[in-house]
Amino acid sequence: MPRQFLSGHFLMKMKSMQADTAQKTSPFTRLAYLLISLTAGVLLWHLLTIVLGLPAFILPGPGQVWRRFLQSLADGQLQRHTLVTLGEVLAGLFIGGFAATCLGYLLAKSATLEKLLSPYLVASQSLPVVAIAPLLVIWFGPGILSKIIVCSLTVFFPILINTVVGLREVPQDLRDLMRTLKASPLQTFRKLEVPAALPIYMGGMRVGATLAVIGAVVGELVGADRGLGFLINVGRGQYDTALVFVAVFTLILQAMALYGLVLLIERQFLSWQSWRQEAG
Amino acid sequence: MPSSPKPALQVENLGVIFRDASGVVHALHDLTFSIPPNGFISLIGPSGSGKSTLLRVLAGLVPPTEGEVRYHTDEPKIGMVFQSANLMPWRRVIDNISLPLELKGVPRQEISERAQDLIHLVGLEGFERAYPRDLSGGMAQRVAIARALIQDPDILLLDEPFGALDALTRERMGDELLNIWHARQKTVLMVTHSIGEAVYLSDQVLALSTRPGTIILDLPVELPRPRQPEMRYAEAFSELTHTLRDTLQEDHGLAG
Repeated sequence: MPRQFLSGHFLMKMKSMQADTAQKTSPFTRLAYLLISLTAGVLLWHLLTIVLGLPAFILPGPGQVWRRFLQSLADGQLQRHTLVTLGEVLAGLFIGGFAATCLGYLLAKSATLEKLLSPYLVASQSLPVVAIAPLLVIWFGPGILSKIIVCSLTVFFPILINTVVGLREVPQDLRDLMRTLKASPLQTFRKLEVPAALPIYMGGMRVGATLAVIGAVVGELVGADRGLGFLINVGRGQYDTALVFVAVFTLILQAMALYGLVLLIERQFLSWQSWRQEAG
Repeated sequence: MPSSPKPALQVENLGVIFRDASGVVHALHDLTFSIPPNGFISLIGPSGSGKSTLLRVLAGLVPPTEGEVRYHTDEPKIGMVFQSANLMPWRRVIDNISLPLELKGVPRQEISERAQDLIHLVGLEGFERAYPRDLSGGMAQRVAIARALIQDPDILLLDEPFGALDALTRERMGDELLNIWHARQKTVLMVTHSIGEAVYLSDQVLALSTRPGTIILDLPVELPRPRQPEMRYAEAFSELTHTLRDTLQEDHGLAG
């Protein structure tokens, strides 16, 4: 179940952006479709390398990539660099997410603060973090600190926005109810604001989780001595294209795993919405 | 209840003025009335007459601009039922009903006993574990009534509680509300815009004028209790509805 959940559900979510009806298929059918789709993809890739007859440093075949994957696992470098990137992503998600949640809460509570800060927030959103990643690496060095900062900045805005929107969407009638019941501010926070804002907030976390991976890799590509982005640079420099593929696939898996983890947490806390999954 | 002459609620010279960007709105003007304990009072008036504003003042959600509101206790417990059921979608029926006691820090055991009593009273056995989205409009409003009753409030304020229901469900809910009122002996103040509903349910109907809302008629309803659906066809009933209709229409004519 967990494995099917991570991969199968991820694709489901992607599809459900176009059609909600896709959710009605059974988990088994979904898994079957996923396997067929993946097998077909790998097969097509294999055929392409044969037909085009390109050298391995331009387009390696699936077999070569698989062997490179096993080799990098055996000498431990894949695990090492994956853990570095994962650490940066989690730290960035945590720090950026925490800051965004706190500021988001204050912004949702105070219209004055929002008016004061909104020019900066809009400006910071229109500024691509990719563009300032080189600056951050200059300022904070090629180590993991600069990557954590890039990650934090990337996840900051979506989480901030979703915190504000989530809190603003708390129905006024429910706020009034809490007031007639003389609930304390802490009770209103715990029993109303948190559960009511959670669905939208978790949407922000989901976007943040995938963006964090992008942030970390961008930081690593600009200048780093470890991490999967560094591994990509190494592979490119040595014409070890299979290694680049291995790193890219690991990144994809990492982003999917994080996304799935957030979904899992979401399901845990938002079981009251479970009619969506149980339907049909 | 002739034994307790002290009114449950007294409103004196109440006025409410809202100020916003578009100017000053005089919502309520010089309202004076009192409500006997355990009475069932309806508040009726055209849209925009400030009925809901009055209810919100009584619930402590809006401060009065002038005049005062006096309950017979200093810290009145308010049970409020909103136009929409206003349930928390993430809480099961039983947990929605329990909310007021949870906030008061009542022990779990007692909460669950009292919630179970209310489930029984409003006829929701078997739906304790359901989520609000699985309930019909009438059932959701029953949960809302049970939630309002659980802390044994000094007054039950209802803001057009059956406005969103179809006509037949609405009449049935009215009868059920009367049963609950009999069983629990509560002071009830209900806002409605249905003249028939106001007369059928109440001991007393207060008619509000168009803005600024003020009381233009304080009509006692002396129909026998318990009320029966057939009473709607009785002569006394139609006399009362005529009086109310004429009063409201006259006021509307003057305003329009």
